Amino acid sequence: MNEIAPKPGIKGIVKKLSDVRETSLLMIIILCAVILTFTNEFFFTTANLQTVLGSISINGILTIGMIVVMITGGLDLSVGSVMCMSMAFAAQAILSGVPPLLACLIGIAASALSGLLIGLVVTKLKLSHFIVTLCFMGIYRGVVYVMTAGKSISLVSTLKDMPKLAFLGSGYIGSYIPFTFVIFALLAVAADLYARRSTRMRKLYYTGSNELAAGHSGINTDRVKIGACVACSTLAGVAGIIYMSKYSGVSTSAGTGLEMTALSAAVIGGVSMNGGKGTVAGGLLGLLFIVLIQDAMNLFSVQAFWQDLIRYVIVLLAVILDVVQETARKKKNS
Amino acid sequence: MNALELKGISKSFGRNQVLFGVDFALRPGEIHAIMGENGAGKSTLMNIVYGNLKPDGGEIYINGQKTAINHVLDAQNLGICFVHQEIALCQDATVAENIFMSQIGRGGKYNLKTLAAKAKEILDPLSSKPIDPYEIVERLPISSQQVVEIAKAISNNCRILILDEPTSSLSGAEAEALHQMIHRLRENGIGIIYISHRMSDIFEQCDRVSVLRDGHMVATYNVSEVSVQQLVNDMAGREVDMLYPEKAADLHREESNVVLDVRGLEDAAGKFHEINFRLYQGEVLGFAGLLGAGRSEIMKGIVGLRKLKGGEVLFQGKNIVGMRTKDIFDSGLVMLPEDRKKQGLFLDMNIRQNTVATYLSEITKNGIIDRKKERELTQSRIERMNIRCVGSDQIVRSLSGGNQQKVLVAKTLAKKPEIVIMDEPTRGVDVGAKAEIHRLLRDLTHEGVSVILVSSELNEVIGMCDRVELIDGSGTIVKEVLGDEINSDTIMYYISDAYRYEQSNREVSINE
Repeated sequence: MNEIAPKPGIKGIVKKLSDVRETSLLMIIILCAVILTFTNEFFFTTANLQTVLGSISINGILTIGMIVVMITGGLDLSVGSVMCMSMAFAAQAILSGVPPLLACLIGIAASALSGLLIGLVVTKLKLSHFIVTLCFMGIYRGVVYVMTAGKSISLVSTLKDMPKLAFLGSGYIGSYIPFTFVIFALLAVAADLYARRSTRMRKLYYTGSNELAAGHSGINTDRVKIGACVACSTLAGVAGIIYMSKYSGVSTSAGTGLEMTALSAAVIGGVSMNGGKGTVAGGLLGLLFIVLIQDAMNLFSVQAFWQDLIRYVIVLLAVILDVVQETARKKKNS
Repeated sequence: MNALELKGISKSFGRNQVLFGVDFALRPGEIHAIMGENGAGKSTLMNIVYGNLKPDGGEIYINGQKTAINHVLDAQNLGICFVHQEIALCQDATVAENIFMSQIGRGGKYNLKTLAAKAKEILDPLSSKPIDPYEIVERLPISSQQVVEIAKAISNNCRILILDEPTSSLSGAEAEALHQMIHRLRENGIGIIYISHRMSDIFEQCDRVSVLRDGHMVATYNVSEVSVQQLVNDMAGREVDMLYPEKAADLHREESNVVLDVRGLEDAAGKFHEINFRLYQGEVLGFAGLLGAGRSEIMKGIVGLRKLKGGEVLFQGKNIVGMRTKDIFDSGLVMLPEDRKKQGLFLDMNIRQNTVATYLSEITKNGIIDRKKERELTQSRIERMNIRCVGSDQIVRSLSGGNQQKVLVAKTLAKKPEIVIMDEPTRGVDVGAKAEIHRLLRDLTHEGVSVILVSSELNEVIGMCDRVELIDGSGTIVKEVLGDEINSDTIMYYISDAYRYEQSNREVSINE
C-alpha cells in the first residue's frame, strides 16, 4: 500500500521509497548487519547465518499468517498452539502408520479447521479477536496435552525411514541454504505479491480499513474475516509440519510464545493493529530485525533475562513511533 | 431585568459565518422558544451560551451584568443548564449517582444514602410519578430518563435552562408530563429556552418565540400575537442564493416510465408510516423534512438496511423488500451513505483503492487486479468529478471535505446504476464542490439515471428537484409538490407541522 502520490523522475522515486516503512527498516537492518560484521567475528560465519535463516523460517511463516489477520483488523494469539496441534496430529498419524504426506495433510487440515472455528466465533458471535484467540490459544494447547497425555513424541527413529520428510526440516540446498528457508522465501514472495495484487487481499484491506464502508460497498466482510483466520491457522499448520521435521518430534510446549514474536514483528514492520495498513514485506522485515537483535544479544552473550526485556522495549518504541507519525499526519491534514 | 441577554453575538467557523450579530433576551420565569431551519444557527448560539464555543463578537449579560463565559464550568456556576437532545446518562449507574455525577468525583468517597435523599428532593417536584433514586438508569423508560437528565441539569442551582428538542424522542403522554414539569420550573422563576420544531409545543407551551434564519435573529413575538403562517414565513423566506443546473424540461411521468414504485412502506420501529411514492426515469425526486422526520430511515428501509413491518418496493418488476443490500446494489439501485467517514470511505487508503471498491469484479482477471484498468477507471473518475488531488495515489484522509465527498460519489457511481439515492450529498462540503456535485447529479439524469435526493437544506431541494415529497414530524408524506409549488414557503409550511397543527385546530373548532 503506497502512501504517497508519485512524482515523476528519480527524485520522485527516491522520495516515494523514503516515505515507505520498509525502506527505513531495511536501512536499519543493513546498518545493524554491517556493525555486527565489524564488531563480532562470529556474526558473518556460515554457521551463524544459517542459524539466523533457520530461525526466520518457521517464525516467518507464522508471521505471514499474523499479518493477514491483522490487515482485517484482527489478531491471532493462537498461532503457536495451532502450530503445535498440527504437528501433534501429523505425528500421531505417522506413528499409527499413515503415509507421511497424508499425515502432514491431516495436520494442516486440522489447523485449517481450527482457524475456521475461530473465524466463525469471531464473526457470528461478534466477539473480539483478542479474547477469542486467547481462549483458543489455551484450548488448542489443551487438545495437544490430551492427545499426547502430556508427553513428547519422538520421531527420531521414524524419520530415518522417511528421507523426504526429514529433508523438509533439516535439508540444505547447495549445502549452504536451509531448505526451510527456501520454502519460507517462496511463501513470502508469493504472499507479498498476492497481498499487493489480488482482489481477495484487497477485500481484506477494505474490511480492515473500514468494515462498515466495506459492507456498504457490497463486500461480505464476515466471509473475508473468516478467510483470513483460516489462512492464518493453515500457515501455522504448515509451520508446524516443518518444525516437526526439523526437531524430529513434538514437544508439548513447542510454539509457546511464538504468537508474540509474530505480533511484534508485524507491528515493528508497520502493520497496523487497527487494520487496513501494512504489507507482508514490512512485517517480515520486522521479523528479520527482531531475529538480528536476538542474534546480536546471543553473540555478545547478553544474559537471557535481558533479552525479552530489550525485545519488548523495541516493540513498544515501534508502536509509539507509529502513533506519533499517525497523529502528526492527521494534524497536518485537518 | 432579563435573566439572560445576548447582544450582537457573531460566530464564524473558518470562512463560514454562522451567526450575524444575534440579539436575544430571556426573562426569568418565561418559556422562550427558538425556532429555525436546520443549520440556522440554533445550536451554535446555545453552545455559546453554555460556554462550549467562544463568540467572535458580542456581549452576554446575566441578570443585567456583563459576563464572559469561557468554559462550561463558568456557565454552570452562573446557573445555566443545558439538556441535550440525546440522553447522555451513565446507563449502569443509579439515578442518584447520575444526578450528582459532577460532585461525586471530588474526594473519591460518597454516601449513596445522602445522595439519594438529595436526589429525591429534586426529583419529587419534577414528576407526578415518583422516580426511585436507587434505580439503575437503564431500567427506566426514556421519559423518566429525560426527567433524570433534567434533574441532573438543575441540581446545581439552575436559573437558566436550555432544552434542545426535548420532546423529539417522547410519546404524547410522556411529552405531556415533561411540559407539566417545565411549567413547575417556570413558576420557580427559572428562565427556559425551548428549542423545537413542533408548532404545537410552541403554541401550547411557550410564552415567546424567536426565529433564527441563516444566522440572523429575524423576529421575536409573544406567542399569543403570532400566527403559524407568520412563523413559517420567517423561517423560510429567502432567495435561492446559488445557481443550480437547469431542471429537466420534458419529463414523462407515465406508467411506462416508473423505475421505482414504493407502496405502503411501514417501519418496524415506527419512524415512518404508509410511505407511497413513485420514481420516474430521469427525474430528481426530493425528500424534504426537518431533522429526525425519518427521511434517511425511509431510504435505509428501501435498500434493506432497516427492518420493515410492511409494504413493498417494486424495482425492475419485482419486490425487493427482504433482499440483501448487496444484491440490491448489484442490481442497479445504489445509495450514497449519509455519513461519509463512517459508512462511506476508507480514509487511510488512496483514491484509487476507494474508487474501485464497488467495482472489483469488473477489473479482476483470474483473481488478480488489473492495475492498468484500475488506474484508467480512477483517472476518468477524477477528471469527471474534478477531484483536486496530487494523483490517484493520494490518501483520502488528506483531501478536503468536498473532495472526499467527490471520491465517495465516484465510488458509489463506479458501476453505472439505474437509480441513485443520495442522502445529504453536500453536507459539510464547500460551495465549489457542492456546485460540481449538483451538476453531476443533473448530468446523470440526462443519461437516464433516476435520482432520489434527501437533503436538510431547503435551497438544495428547491434548486435541484423536479418533484418533492414532504415529510412531517410524524414520518408520513403529507404532500407532494412539483413545478412552481416547489418554494420555501410551501415546503416549510408542510414539514414544520404547521399544516398538521392548523388541521387539528380546525377539527377542534368544527367539533365545537
